[in-house]
Amino acid sequence: MDLVSRLLAGDAAALARAITLVERDRPAPRDLVAAIHPHTGKARVIGVTGPPGVGKSTLVDQLAISFRQTHALVGVLAVDPSSPFTGGAILGDRVRMARSSADPGIFIRSLATRGQLGGLSQATGDAIRLMDASGRNPILVETVGAGQAEVDIMNHAHTVLVVLAPGMGDDVQAIKAGILEIGHVFAVNKADRDGADRTAAELEAMLAMAPDCGAGGWRPSVIRTIARDGRGIPELARKLDDHWDWRQSELAGWRRRQAAAELSETVEVLVGSRLREWAVKSGRWEEAVDAIVGRRLDPHRGAETLLSHYLNSCPGEGARSPTGCRTGRRRNP
Amino acid sequence: MDRIIRVMVAKPGLDSHDRGAKVVARAYRDAGMEVVYTGLHQTPEQIAEAAVQEDVDVLAVSILSGAHAVLVPRIISRLRERGGDDILVLAGGVIPEADVPALLEAGVTRVFGPGSRLDLIVDFTRELAGSRI
Repeated sequence: MDLVSRLLAGDAAALARAITLVERDRPAPRDLVAAIHPHTGKARVIGVTGPPGVGKSTLVDQLAISFRQTHALVGVLAVDPSSPFTGGAILGDRVRMARSSADPGIFIRSLATRGQLGGLSQATGDAIRLMDASGRNPILVETVGAGQAEVDIMNHAHTVLVVLAPGMGDDVQAIKAGILEIGHVFAVNKADRDGADRTAAELEAMLAMAPDCGAGGWRPSVIRTIARDGRGIPELARKLDDHWDWRQSELAGWRRRQAAAELSETVEVLVGSRLREWAVKSGRWEEAVDAIVGRRLDPHRGAETLLSHYLNSCPGEGARSPTGCRTGRRRNP
Repeated sequence: MDRIIRVMVAKPGLDSHDRGAKVVARAYRDAGMEVVYTGLHQTPEQIAEAAVQEDVDVLAVSILSGAHAVLVPRIISRLRERGGDDILVLAGGVIPEADVPALLEAGVTRVFGPGSRLDLIVDFTRELAGSRI
């Protein structure tokens, strides 16, 4: 059986191999993604984000176990940062997922960011799709330790869970413009520690100031958890379910926004890499770099110049190959 | 660009000494590899399942408890059952010379005992990973 049919049948080794393939080749192997895409859109995706050290992995471990009571196959994607110097990474989220890793019904995959900012890796969208097609549902996506700018998860998850811990004090203030805006459910983890009440109160005060959600709108709420021993997990899981139920009322709108966001991101990557590849091969890249260094050209004009040269290199058809026009067949002779 | 090598560093069984495993993990990372660390006290079943899910090129098992003769062959047979038969297995830790042939026989590619040089472990792993498709 080929990779795609094994994956669609739920085979773990096939799913694992497919994720490797979409991680390795960016833009992803088109045949693979094209083959599985019609089989996606079934899974519920829950994003878990928050600053480093608040207990995201431990909470994901507990939630995965909790979802397994009602779901046959659960997926977990855990993203950790790559070293900006060597490109290497220590992917340590599994250390906190001992319970889940003892259950073959829970598929855990660690992803390194590989230079991507925003809290996820570039392959995350495709990895979610592959898990979805292989019958994993729900899929929990844990971002890197996040603060203000790592909000990409909102484009992939039906529900965003933001995890905080006590003792952050003014940090809650500091991050309120960032990930706090994208949370649907908040967990104050390590709730047995000093300051948990204060952190929860500050969060609640901040959420109360949020603009009115209108009739039928979703109001985020704050749940206290102690992930290490499982306290608060049933309440948290129920709140996540509530949000999923609410999401059903506007699922079509969410799907359109999600598809548009992903298309937009993919277009940027595709066009950027095509243009760069063409410019390097045609020598125009070095020319532009020289001109910028020599202060004859600024980077914005440089990029625009490259783009117009690229578009003009094949009138009417657009540039198809790095060296120039595609030869041979033309659709409308 | 060269493809990024993925390695899993695993600690099976009851031994709690992971200094060596962490030093090796760090060396792999500094060599540009992605290293999945399992944490302590993993069963052979957990390690094999994790290695398959993570689709690592190389599984490096660190054992200082003396139970290698039981644990390592068990990990390898579980790997085979779960479709991870192309994952290459290295063993490290306190493993007597006399036990090495049996481990190689069981399917371990190489054993690195105490005093093994980090750069040799890294180079060997890189070469080994290159042979996996």
